[in-house]
Formats: sequence, structure tokens, C-alpha cells
Amino acid sequence: MTAHSNVPRTLPRFSATFDPHTLSEIRRAAATGIYDIRGGGTKRKLPHFDDLLFLGASVSRYPLEGYREKCGTDVVLGTRYAKKPIHLKTPVTIAGMSFGALSAPAKEALGRGASAMGTSTTTGDGGMTPEERGHSSLLVYQYLPSRYGMNPDDLRKADAIEIVIGQGAKPGGGGMLLGQKISDRVAAMRTLPKGIDQRSACRHPDWTGPDDLEIKIEELREITDWQKPIYVKVGASRPYYDISLAVKSGADVVVLDGMQGGTAATQDVFIEHVGIPILSAIRPAVKALQDLGLHRKVQLVVSGGIRNGADVAKALALGADAVAIGTAALVALGDNDPQYEADYAALGSTAGAYDDWHEGRDPAGITTQDPDLWSRLDPVKAGRRLANYLGVLTLEAQTIARACGKSHLHNLEPEDLVALTVEAAAMAGVPLAGTDWIPGRTGGY
Amino acid sequence: MNAFTPDVTFDLAEAPLRELNAALHAATGDSNARRWRVLNPNGRHALAAGVDAPLTIEVEGHVGYYCAGMNQHAHIIVHGNAGVGVAENMMSGFVHVRGDASQAAGATAHGGLLLIDGNASARCGISMKGVDIIVKGSVGHMSAFMGQAGSLIVFGEAGEALGDSLYEAKLFVRGAVKSLGADCVEKEMRDAHKALIAEKLAAAGISGVDIGDFKRYGSARRLYNFHIDNVDAY
Repeated sequence: MTAHSNVPRTLPRFSATFDPHTLSEIRRAAATGIYDIRGGGTKRKLPHFDDLLFLGASVSRYPLEGYREKCGTDVVLGTRYAKKPIHLKTPVTIAGMSFGALSAPAKEALGRGASAMGTSTTTGDGGMTPEERGHSSLLVYQYLPSRYGMNPDDLRKADAIEIVIGQGAKPGGGGMLLGQKISDRVAAMRTLPKGIDQRSACRHPDWTGPDDLEIKIEELREITDWQKPIYVKVGASRPYYDISLAVKSGADVVVLDGMQGGTAATQDVFIEHVGIPILSAIRPAVKALQDLGLHRKVQLVVSGGIRNGADVAKALALGADAVAIGTAALVALGDNDPQYEADYAALGSTAGAYDDWHEGRDPAGITTQDPDLWSRLDPVKAGRRLANYLGVLTLEAQTIARACGKSHLHNLEPEDLVALTVEAAAMAGVPLAGTDWIPGRTGGY
Repeated sequence: MNAFTPDVTFDLAEAPLRELNAALHAATGDSNARRWRVLNPNGRHALAAGVDAPLTIEVEGHVGYYCAGMNQHAHIIVHGNAGVGVAENMMSGFVHVRGDASQAAGATAHGGLLLIDGNASARCGISMKGVDIIVKGSVGHMSAFMGQAGSLIVFGEAGEALGDSLYEAKLFVRGAVKSLGADCVEKEMRDAHKALIAEKLAAAGISGVDIGDFKRYGSARRLYNFHIDNVDAY
């Protein structure tokens, strides 16, 4: 034993900058020479709805009885121009996710769950499948840059049309579906050879900019005889200007997706470093609508990291008309379920962290085109779980709204909120809790 | 005005476009309203978009964006120039532009035949998915970008980056090609390809063309699956 053995030593310390995950990514990049691709949304901690709190009613405002007094939840989307707006019983919709990225049972389950709760589901890159049309009482048909599977017959079958400019996980990027998931059926729907890496364009092929978009919207309206609501979806980056231009172009509904929103596959660096959190995007979008005199006339749907009824209520209080869920809906179906822990471990991951959705080996049978894995997902049971979850989101949002004295979720307002952090106060435009201070703004209660 | 005898004449100077398109959508081709003449188009957008019936529609003048968009079954003749995206996403039928066409002619179209007597601008046949496009003049840059299926036959020349990121669309150009896009290469012109051109020209009612003058271009298929060694191609 040496003289040094009794000297206390500091514990090994990892660098906050070069943390173990960062080091592992450097090693992976050095070994392969290619960026990391994965599914899902950003995994970093961001200012989010958790940084906001509601001010329950007290002396200055009175609440509604939790189990006796009505608190409405319905919303009508597409009231601006469409002859047939769609009426949802809950303001929680299912975001666009493609057959191809998802299995057929997963798409069916999304349709079943959404329909049971009176809300809509949405197609994705690759077109509309008979299964999802058949199981979705309200189906939004996405119109994407790739136009894979784009078909006027399906356009006429849709209840609404969503022109996708971008998504929160990768604003400015196109779709990606790697060869492992391009099965015979997916290839046929997209008019592509089987097994190739499908990299969709990031811009639409036949229009550029808002002036063209206005003409494109006019074409879609003419083709569908002005029946269908037309949504425009953007990834959150410059929400005030993007929403202004989408509305100027004639959108009935604008969909704003924050960087927490998931994707089937893209570069990790894109997911983590491009776009802004949904918390920071809602108020500028609402301001754009208000400046145009169209708030509540052009409906705003927001998405990206919605997990519970509090998130729903906070999004609506900040001015959204509805929200959309994607990742949370997949979890409700069974994504990343601990019952498949051994399978996740075999793939080098763990339940809750699995994000290699692009590889098509999802043990839960959701993000795969492998028929053997499909059989693990019962679309009826999974649809029931989704319906249950949608019901909980709605009940939770109602609980909060009643506590704030609101007879409809849409009566929630920014004045019902405070922020826990200076950052959230500035982003959401609500006071820091216990103060009348909204960073960057003047005025008080 | 040509010798065409219409069953219905619709004057856009007298009635709105929405009324015309609604009438065309209501027409099934089973009644006696099969032959339509449209007067005074004056560059209107989305003219005859979304038609889904075996009608013949003759448009007497220039049209704006997306004329004949998503056409199914109809035979649409434009006696003038066409704006951006003529016959975009066409599924079937025949669209004939007597003059020139702007950008993105036949974009993403899945089927049918698009014949352009004059020139077509940039991105002709972008993301084409099965349509046949014949251009008697020349096409602009980035034509057939990401073309997936179908054929593009150009009597004149092609601009820069022809067939960039091409999938399985077949490209035939008689004149000079300024440059080829990523993964697009000249390929051997075999008898089957000459027969294919002859078939498409015959379908368009074109004869007397020396098919031997065309060169064939297609995908090298090197970029079908991403490989780091090909990164410079992007």
C-alpha cells in the first residue's frame, strides 16, 4: 500500500459539454461516416407547457362545478370558405402519419380510436389506404411535396385537405422512408421500386411561395367544388410570418407543429437543431391571426409534445382552436411498451427510448412493414386504448377549464396562465408567477 | 377558331370559372353534353381542373396555372399557351397545349398523355409518376426531376440537370442536352425503346418523325440506397 492510498479522490466527472451520449455519437460518426437517422421528435429538454400553470378561480373569479356544470369541448374546423366544415367532439385530433411509416394495423387503430371519440385522423406521405378511410369517420388527406399516391378520387373521399409545407421535427426538410420499409404494397402506392431509400422532396413541385400557394389552394377548391376545408401545415420556425402568409393564401385552417413533433425518420441533427418549441410558436401565430382579424375564423391547430389534458388546455388558452397528437397516440397504441423490453434490448435500445423507427423492426408492430410484427398489434384493442386516452385528455382539459370558470375549452385565455420561468413567460407571453412581469412587454394584470 | 362543333359553349367573359368547373364535374359523358368549348379563358387558373369524365374540352385562348389539373379521362385542348403546372397530377386522358407551356408541365402526373406543341419551361415532368409527355419544342432546366415512371419525349433540346435524381421514368431527347442531373446517364437506345417512342407518338397522332435521332436517358440507380461514397452526388 502506498502513501497515496489514503488521499481522498474526487469522483470521475463527465463533462457537461462532452457528456456520455455526445461521446457515443462522436464514436458512432467516426466509425460510420454518416449522420444518425432516427424517428420521433426532439429529445432535449425544452421550454414547454410544464413551465406554465393555471390560475384556478378564487374570489376574483368563480369556478364551475366539476361534475355538474357543462364545459363544452367541440370545435368546428374550416368555417372560412369550405361548404362542409368538419365538426369535432373533442379538440384533440390525430396528426398526419403515413402508411409506410406506420403499419396497416396501426393506421386502422388510429382511425378506430379517433372515430370512437368523434375526432379526425390524418393520412401521410404515400396516400390514403382503404383501411384508414374505412375506419376513420373524419379523415384529413395530406397533400405533400412528393405527391406519392396523390389521387383525385381520394381527394374527393377526404373530409378535409391538409397542404403540408413542413413539420416541426424538420421544417425545411422532406420526407424519408428507408428501403427496409418499402414493401411491395408501399412501393406500389408510391410508384417506386421496392427496397429503395425514399427521400421525398422538401418543396412542392408545382408552386413556390405564397402567391403560388394561393393559386394552388384555388385549384384544390375547384377540384373539390369548394366543399372541403383546406388546412396548411407548417413546421414552427417563423410562425408570425408563416401563418400570416398561409392565411393570406386562403387557408381555412392552419396547423402549426413545434419541434417536439415526431417524424418517421430524419437526421438527429435536424430534429434537435432546426425549428422552435411549440410553446414559443403559439402566441406569434395567434398574433398573426388577430392582426388579420381572423382569429377563431381561421382555426389554429397546434402540435408537438402534447401529452396530457393540461397541455391541451394550455395550448387552447394560448389561443389554439385544437391540438394534434402523434407520438402520444402511438404510445397509446403500444409504442415503446415495456412488455417488449427483451426485444428492445436485442435491438440495442430499451423500452421508452426506442427510436429506430426507420429500420422497420419495431417490436410493437407499429412502425414496421413486417407482417410478423404487424400481428403483434390488435387494431381493435389498440384503437380502444387510443379512444380511452383521447377521453382522458378531454376530461383533464375540462377539469382545468372548469376550475378556471370556463364553460367551454375555448373560453380559456392567456390571462388564466402564469409561467414558472422567465423563458416560458417571454415565450408564452404570460406573467412570471407571482408577478405582473411579462418579459419583453409592458403592462400588468 | 377551329372547326370543332361543341355541344356546350361556355363563355368565361359571361360566367365565373367556378360555374364552369362545377358543370364539367357534373357532366358524366353519358349525356349529349360531351363536347365543350370554353371562350375567353384569359389566363384563368384551374380551368377544367378535376374533370372526371370522357369529355372533349376545347379552350380558345391562353390559360393560367393548373389547367386540366388531376384530369381523369377528358380530352382537353388548349388553343394557346398554358401557365404553371398544366395537367399536374393527371391520372388519365389527353391534354394538348397548342402553344408553349410554363414550368412544371405534367408535374407528378400518374397517367394519360400530355402533348405540348411548343416549348415547355423548367421542371417539365417533375416527379412524373406514369404520364407520357411529348414536347415538340424544348424543355427547361431540371426537367423530369425525381421522375418515377412514364416517358418524356422531347423533340428539341433540354436544359441543365435533366433527370436529376431520376427513378424509373424514361427520357428521350432529340436535340442537345445542356447537362444531366445527379444519377442520370445516357443509355443505349434499343429497338424496344424505339418502339416505345413510336407507340407514344402514334397515340398522340404524330407521324413522320425520325425516331433514330433520339437519345435515351435514364437512372444509373446509384443513389437508390444512400451510401456515403456517393455523397458528392447530392
